[in-house]
Amino acid sequence: MTLNRRSFLASTAAATGALMMPAIARAQDAIRVGTVLDVSGIFDAYGTPMDMAQRLAVQEINDAGGLLDRPVELVSYDTQSDMALYTQYAQRLVRQDNVDVVHGGILSASREAIRQTLRRANTLYFYNVQYEGGVCDRNAFFNGVTPAQQAEVLVPWAMSRSGPRVYILAADYNYGQITARWLQKYIADNDGETVGVDFFPLDVADFGSTIARIQTESPDLVIAPLVGGAHLSFFRQWAAAGMNDRIPLASTTMGVGNEHKVLTPEEGNGMMVAYNYSQELDTPLNNAFKERWVAAYGDTDAIHEIAVSHYMGLHLWAEGVRAAGSVDRDAVIEAMEGGLSVEGPSGVMTIDPQTHHATLDVHLMEVRDQKMEVAESLSQRPPVDTQAVCNLTENPDDNTQYEIEF
Amino acid sequence: MDLAVVILVEVLYAIASLVLISAGLAVVFGMMKVINLAHGEFMVLGGYATITAVGLGVNIFVAMLIIAPLVVGLFGLIVERLVFRHLYGRMIDTMLASWGLSLMMIGAFKMIFGNTTTGVSGPIPGFAVGNYQINGYNFFIIVVSVVLLLAILAVLRGTRAGLVARGAMQRADMASALGHSPDRIYMTTFAIGAALSGLAGAVLAPLVGLVPTAGAAFIAKAFITVIAGGPSLVAGLASAAASFGLVNQFFSFLVSPVVGDVALLVAAVVLLRLMPRGITSRFLRGKL
Repeated sequence: MTLNRRSFLASTAAATGALMMPAIARAQDAIRVGTVLDVSGIFDAYGTPMDMAQRLAVQEINDAGGLLDRPVELVSYDTQSDMALYTQYAQRLVRQDNVDVVHGGILSASREAIRQTLRRANTLYFYNVQYEGGVCDRNAFFNGVTPAQQAEVLVPWAMSRSGPRVYILAADYNYGQITARWLQKYIADNDGETVGVDFFPLDVADFGSTIARIQTESPDLVIAPLVGGAHLSFFRQWAAAGMNDRIPLASTTMGVGNEHKVLTPEEGNGMMVAYNYSQELDTPLNNAFKERWVAAYGDTDAIHEIAVSHYMGLHLWAEGVRAAGSVDRDAVIEAMEGGLSVEGPSGVMTIDPQTHHATLDVHLMEVRDQKMEVAESLSQRPPVDTQAVCNLTENPDDNTQYEIEF
Repeated sequence: MDLAVVILVEVLYAIASLVLISAGLAVVFGMMKVINLAHGEFMVLGGYATITAVGLGVNIFVAMLIIAPLVVGLFGLIVERLVFRHLYGRMIDTMLASWGLSLMMIGAFKMIFGNTTTGVSGPIPGFAVGNYQINGYNFFIIVVSVVLLLAILAVLRGTRAGLVARGAMQRADMASALGHSPDRIYMTTFAIGAALSGLAGAVLAPLVGLVPTAGAAFIAKAFITVIAGGPSLVAGLASAAASFGLVNQFFSFLVSPVVGDVALLVAAVVLLRLMPRGITSRFLRGKL
């Protein structure tokens, strides 16, 4: 057979067409899930495992035949720990990629950077990270622990194991500021006294003078909602000064990025935390989850609490789509508001129709040899903080983040 | 009383870390008038050299005090030969070139070490002063910076090489006429400056985690200290670091570390308004 220019062009065009056809068909057919996460930069310890978790969740959904007989496709962007990129990528997800839902955002600052964009674009939004609570928005769902689920139990537990005088060190942005107010409320509710509150911008890494200042107040307990890679130095310097043996430490954030595995056992031992998930939970679902994770990634090192809540968030949404029989925003919201519930590695998670937050299990834990040992489990705690201020059933157009007055 | 000791140690530590951060720049900028905007990245390179060496099983003190300065000194030597030697006396051009170098280095760090926080734990345990606990590593930093200042002083004042270097910085043509090669003197001085930056980065690495962009946090403080110090190298460095360290810690204790940093910058502005050519242009004149 001789190959002249015309027959070559004709055959390659046909071949290219044939190759592209299924791709186009697939793209039209797939349900598109958009995500924005910090997979690099100073928050990558949070974002990278979340990215792994979402890939695992999507793979599980697809292996089970997809949703509504359609495959699920991830469209994910790395926001590089840069808040400006969140708005940019959120715009791209809704305008260019036309995704059916957006999951993601890690810091509360990043959530607030994209929430209004997604609301205006009528694109359903899932924020799957523990946070300061109080956001009331019918377009969004929240499955992380909020202060009433976490700080309300952590504060009295930590105080009972130390004493009533508490010093708070918090990250200086909306999460840290609001969480610090909640902590002060719970400290006062438990007859304690807040002897000092300090805020640190996210790039502060030298805590020498702070550690000395804390000692001048000689508190019984330090609670540290610190965030990100730079703030990790605090725990190192705290231990380097020998303070970890003298003043107990509790945190609402330490460990959600597996900080307790980055720190040495001596640096981390004894820290008190309260989360929805620990790798050490010995339940059949968690063990099965860890096995699937190992099959996909080799070992369980990366799994942490917000990776699991991100994973749960994707399954919650998938369940919502199944119940609605559609990916349409309003249909999914209505289905979710029917008290939808999923069970996974972190236990049962049920959507509260009034607030779009989740009722979930909370575990009081102590860091011991780079593990989170569960000391006490509290099952199915509702998000009462947000319930007190937010009622989307009566007021579906609400679009506020309520903050605690203290 | 105990508190006074703690505060004293913290103040000394703040001064010492300013000395460390600025020493390399004081040599490169103060002596050679090369505006090295990649100074912060030289420090970060020292930090990464330490962390890598420790990861390979090297003793942490060997890694910090020997390997890191050697690595960064060698790197300084190479970029001096390739880039800076062509640009001496052209201040704006060196700024541009070193800025480019800093961007390149940040990119390289991201590729090699990942855009993530890496760190090592401090090698010295904390100890008690009365009722207070102090980070033992602070003392190490204080000792290193004192030794560093004394060593620079001894080399510049006590050795022939130091004398030749000082001469060449003031009048390169005269040094050349007397049979010394300014080219080689510049090369050596730049490499030593780079090695000092590497040492600083290495010694500070166990205290704060490293990210590829960490250099930016150092460079402003380094330039402020060197410029406010003025013409003499050691006296300028020590006096500027002492003033800023004191102001910084005073406000850190009184208010918060953030206000401490703000106070440092305000102090620098005021100081440069009063003494535009630096502290040692008015006090300690003619000292080294």
